[in-house]
Amino acid sequence: MNDVSNSPGARADASRAGDVTYLDHAATTPMLPEAIAAMTEQLPRWGNASSLHASGRAARRVVEESRETIAQALGARPSEVVFTGGGTEADNLAVKGLYWARQASGRERRRVLASAIEHHAVLDAVTWLGSHAGAQVEWLPVDELGRVDVERARDAIERDPDSIAFITVMWANNEVGTVQPVRKLARIAARHGIPFHSDAVQAVGQLPVDFATSGVDAMTISGHKIGGPIGVGALLLRRETTVVPLLHGGGQEREVRSGTLDVPAIAGFAAAVRSATEHRVELAERLTKLREELIRQVRAAVPDAELNGDPEGRLPGNAHFSFPGCEGDSLLLLLDARGIECSTGSACSAGVAEPSHVLIAMGRDEERARGSLRFSLGHTSTSADVDALGEAIGPVVERARRAGLVNAGRAGAAAGRAGVGGAYA
Amino acid sequence: MKVLAAMSGGVDSAVAAARAVDAGHDVTGVHLALSRNPQSYRSGARGCCTLEDSRDARRAADVLGIPFYIWDLAERFHADVVEDFVSEYAAGRTPNPCVRCNERIKFAAVLDRALALGFDAVCTGHYARLIDGPHGRELHRAVDPEKDQSYVLGVLTAEQLAHAMFPLGGSLKTEVRAEAAARGLAVADKPDSHDICFIADGDTSGFLNRVLGPRPGTVVDEDGTVLARHEASYAYTIGQRRGLRLDRPAPDGKPRYVLSIEPVSRTVTVGPRERLRVGALEGTSPRWCGQRPTGPLECRVQIRAHGETFAARARLSDDDVLHVELIEPAIGVAPGQSVVLYDDTRVVGSATISRTHPVAAAARS
Repeated sequence: MNDVSNSPGARADASRAGDVTYLDHAATTPMLPEAIAAMTEQLPRWGNASSLHASGRAARRVVEESRETIAQALGARPSEVVFTGGGTEADNLAVKGLYWARQASGRERRRVLASAIEHHAVLDAVTWLGSHAGAQVEWLPVDELGRVDVERARDAIERDPDSIAFITVMWANNEVGTVQPVRKLARIAARHGIPFHSDAVQAVGQLPVDFATSGVDAMTISGHKIGGPIGVGALLLRRETTVVPLLHGGGQEREVRSGTLDVPAIAGFAAAVRSATEHRVELAERLTKLREELIRQVRAAVPDAELNGDPEGRLPGNAHFSFPGCEGDSLLLLLDARGIECSTGSACSAGVAEPSHVLIAMGRDEERARGSLRFSLGHTSTSADVDALGEAIGPVVERARRAGLVNAGRAGAAAGRAGVGGAYA
Repeated sequence: MKVLAAMSGGVDSAVAAARAVDAGHDVTGVHLALSRNPQSYRSGARGCCTLEDSRDARRAADVLGIPFYIWDLAERFHADVVEDFVSEYAAGRTPNPCVRCNERIKFAAVLDRALALGFDAVCTGHYARLIDGPHGRELHRAVDPEKDQSYVLGVLTAEQLAHAMFPLGGSLKTEVRAEAAARGLAVADKPDSHDICFIADGDTSGFLNRVLGPRPGTVVDEDGTVLARHEASYAYTIGQRRGLRLDRPAPDGKPRYVLSIEPVSRTVTVGPRERLRVGALEGTSPRWCGQRPTGPLECRVQIRAHGETFAARARLSDDDVLHVELIEPAIGVAPGQSVVLYDDTRVVGSATISRTHPVAAAARS
């Protein structure tokens, strides 16, 4: 899941070695030692988990043990774990696979209900269904804290439940961290027999996530957001829920996801899931404290900074601010120059940061949306990281504001001078 | 110094940034996103605003080990360069969008923001030299006469030049390409960009037609006799000979050229080549690369990009109009273009050509 606009090359910057304050764990987080150990143990081995000989059996054993580990950690049955190449693929499999399966079930069900604040892996897949597969997309609105409005969702569902193909609402938002009323919504959907998908990529390891009791039918999880390797994820899929595959081939993973299984990545993924869920309570507690301190320090340095999202019901590691009068990319550049790595949290289109659809859905104007930063904490975060940000953020915002003023003034002059209107091809 | 390197994704700006790094500066790369609807891939050698260019710029920055960002200047570019380009053509003039971009985007919007963010200079891959002279910083022609871009930088003021950095001015293009290859920059053999970056297919009159629609009128000779009808006055440029599609040949059988374009009645006047000879011209919005001159200047002037120079005398009138008397007459001078004043290789200043006077008329005035 790639939701950061940072250049990966920054890591190689000679001028930046050492002394980096990493506040972008929601983008990706360092691998856990136990995940590295589990993965490296498998790297020198070989064997196709679909082969019948001893090498294949050995590989299959690792895969199935990993499957059981993940299932147990997340309250699922082993047969409900479908390994994928990451969160984006699992989201696409759920969105498109559920939609196609429902069309094939003998009755046309064209309505797709999705929250307006989904990650692009869901958002764009749903939009694609609308433009290419005849889906009628309805975006479920959120309140100013970024929470899906349960009553309005209920109204949308009960207006004509039989016409709905599926519903998708993320467990917790990746930008502003707001936790969603997934259980309530899943219950409503279940009453009408409507498949319900939730992207829980940001939630695992920080919030209690139990597949069986959540009531959702399909749930996306990802390796690298919880200390596992990049390039592996899974869709937890109830046994009675049918999805049409995206990838056809060897028929692996219940014929839902063909492709030779990546044994080392799956082993590392399972080790990360086990560790992240085992240590979840203490990590969440520690991150919540750090986050509150981060919020306090940012507010002390920048009194008019506005915290976005739900102050209570949010991911423990997430703090998301708007800094009035600043451009997000100016803030990013200035913080990066001081060795502080964070993100605007919004996806990149054409390499240019677009104002976040999440903040817009929460009723923020475009200017506030553009002047926002996400700080996300993870298992390696320390109070020194928070202090480094607290020290830098005041002067950085002050400078970004000056740069913002320069451009605002100029843009006005440019608009005044503009002579010819019209659309250009 | 803290230097902001504008990186287009081409070979020149990549080597310029590399040289700034080698000179010991703290360099940050920035790609300017200028197009509202960027194309994914280049078509031919044209244009410079595709996603592929932005990736090439990022790759070059990664090779140099410098931070890299993309700045979205599409709205500013549209308002300050593209709309200016269109309205200038609609007014019967021939604009130079590269001049406007340097004046209003690269060394205004970008420079202002860079300075506000704490940078000391903006570095580009322009071929021109900056030399610190007795009266401050001077802008000079590049060593490579084929690539010299001092003409499109003549619009910069002393203040803007004080924060500019052009590391390629002393080099030949062939040397820059070889250096890029030696540095492992993948853009080393990327073709040069040509034409106008926001008109990817190079079809200027097609572009104007989409924006302005038809602007029909007549083509007349100097006596006012109608020779043909045309669909769009903006499709003509002063000095143009081809594509006039006249019904009747000239009485003397000699080729005819566009002499003037009158935008209100949309009348295009044609005549013989000798009537294109300009003996004097006037320019507005004068800019001075150093001190504003106090008296008349003996200089050489260049009146189009990559054009020759002409001996001239220039003076400023009280209303800040630059009056240029051409000692050797020039052929086909288009209002809207820059007139750049040179003292040998040094750029003295520039103005936007507003009026021209044929040789005979100039003699009368």
